[in-house]
Amino acid sequence: MNNLILGRYIPGDSLLHRLDPRSKLLAMFIYIIIIFWANNLATNLLMTVFTLSLVFLSGIKITHFLKGLRPMVVLILFTTLFQVFFTQGGQVLFQFWIIKITSLGLSQAALIFMRFVLIIVFSTLLTLTTTPLSLADAVESLLRPLSRFKVPVHEIGLMLSLSLRFVPTLMDDTTRIMNAQRARGVDFGEGNLMQKVKSIIPILIPLFASSFKRADALATAMEARGYQGGDGRSKYRLLSWKFLDSLALLSLLFLGGLLLLFKN
Amino acid sequence: MSDTIIEVKNLTFQYEEDQTSPTLDQVTFHVKHGEWLSIIGHNGSGKSTTVRLIDGLLEAQSGQIVIDGQELTEANVWELRSKIGMVFQNPDNQFVGATVEDDVAFGLENQGIPLEEMQSRVQQALELVKMSAFKDREPARLSGGQKQRVAIAGAVAMRPAIIILDEATSMLDPEGRLELIQTIKDIRQRYGMTVISITHDLEEVALSDRVLVMKNGQVESDTSPQALFSRGEELLNLGLDRPFTSVLIQTLKEKGFAIDESYLTEKDLEEKLWASISKR
Repeated sequence: MNNLILGRYIPGDSLLHRLDPRSKLLAMFIYIIIIFWANNLATNLLMTVFTLSLVFLSGIKITHFLKGLRPMVVLILFTTLFQVFFTQGGQVLFQFWIIKITSLGLSQAALIFMRFVLIIVFSTLLTLTTTPLSLADAVESLLRPLSRFKVPVHEIGLMLSLSLRFVPTLMDDTTRIMNAQRARGVDFGEGNLMQKVKSIIPILIPLFASSFKRADALATAMEARGYQGGDGRSKYRLLSWKFLDSLALLSLLFLGGLLLLFKN
Repeated sequence: MSDTIIEVKNLTFQYEEDQTSPTLDQVTFHVKHGEWLSIIGHNGSGKSTTVRLIDGLLEAQSGQIVIDGQELTEANVWELRSKIGMVFQNPDNQFVGATVEDDVAFGLENQGIPLEEMQSRVQQALELVKMSAFKDREPARLSGGQKQRVAIAGAVAMRPAIIILDEATSMLDPEGRLELIQTIKDIRQRYGMTVISITHDLEEVALSDRVLVMKNGQVESDTSPQALFSRGEELLNLGLDRPFTSVLIQTLKEKGFAIDESYLTEKDLEEKLWASISKR
């Protein structure tokens, strides 16, 4: 379970670490939108330089980003190859039997490859420089306007932060249950598909049962500490939007403008 | 004003309607201001149920609970609950916040306390339980004893008049347990809080002012720790161990040494043994 990059946070004190999580989350959205505007060499170069300079700014080792990319390698290669072989158009560069590689196929593949890599690097950047807790705070804060439409924003935020807090606890539970079942002779990951699925049941049921128990105890403890819902609560953790945050978003919008200018 | 902070009268409760015998049957007792009361008894004797009823987490079939002069009703349950800090058994299941600081602040947030006040109270509570250096840690990186100290800090930060420990030390190792008991002792001295502690631990019982023994949903007896410890073998039936000195005294008696008492503290026993040796 140690390879899990999701929600992994690396403490630091870089410019990116100090940004408000809300601005980082918004930046992620903007980034995903504008990356689709990059459709030629110049615009892709622009995006790459921008992303790499952010990576440099974060002061986090490149190896962490490569780790983030690793689980996606198969997917990226698969999609890229698909593009190479099935996009027809432009000059024919190579032909053998039914396989035909064209210039358009190659450029499409390169485009898809860049998009994947950049988006993954950028999102890794977000999770590596932001604690899961402050991301949950950011989601709650950004959803706040929706409370006018009767969306239970406080509850969503609380659920999110509780889930994040219980991820390691439940992971420990899972390992413990698996080891306990192994000690009693259950084989995990052996046999055919049906047997594999069946061997998951002795993990799943105790895990669910213990989660129910934990949820019940947690609810009692919360009630005992005076939790009555979102109304009338004060907040210990305040997010503060600084000049730097506006600057970060503006620079991203500026980048978007440049992309619009240079794209095909 | 009377010196009684909690008054429990004829409390009856059962979890399911078709239970053969009620979980609590006509339980009556009181707790004095600033007192350290231990509640002991076998599993299923109704200890946890009693304190949950006091905190208003469960509702009794009949009977009356008076806290600080006010009868507990559905209307004032939140107000009375704010006078009580509760620490539960499993440190993992009561950790609400994502970090130590956030967890201690959770109860304060619920009361809508302003930020500056929260910060100073959180700081103070963490210093009291000696966890200031860990305030940014996540629960996954803390030991059981440390988590339990955070839970106590969370309760203390609310400045309750009463603190209830529901087997709070039962899942800790001996070292963590001693540390936690010491912490509670300090807190009690500093704030003059009333402590109610459900426990199977001898050290905790020995420190308390009074012991309530529960058996089959009823109060079996209400004594001092000394009187309780002198019950010898019976203690095992009440869900407690026998104190080391009682076992030693009995062994000495069997070997023909004359000791009249059936329970002494380690210090008193030491004195007695010295005295008897130097007489010869």
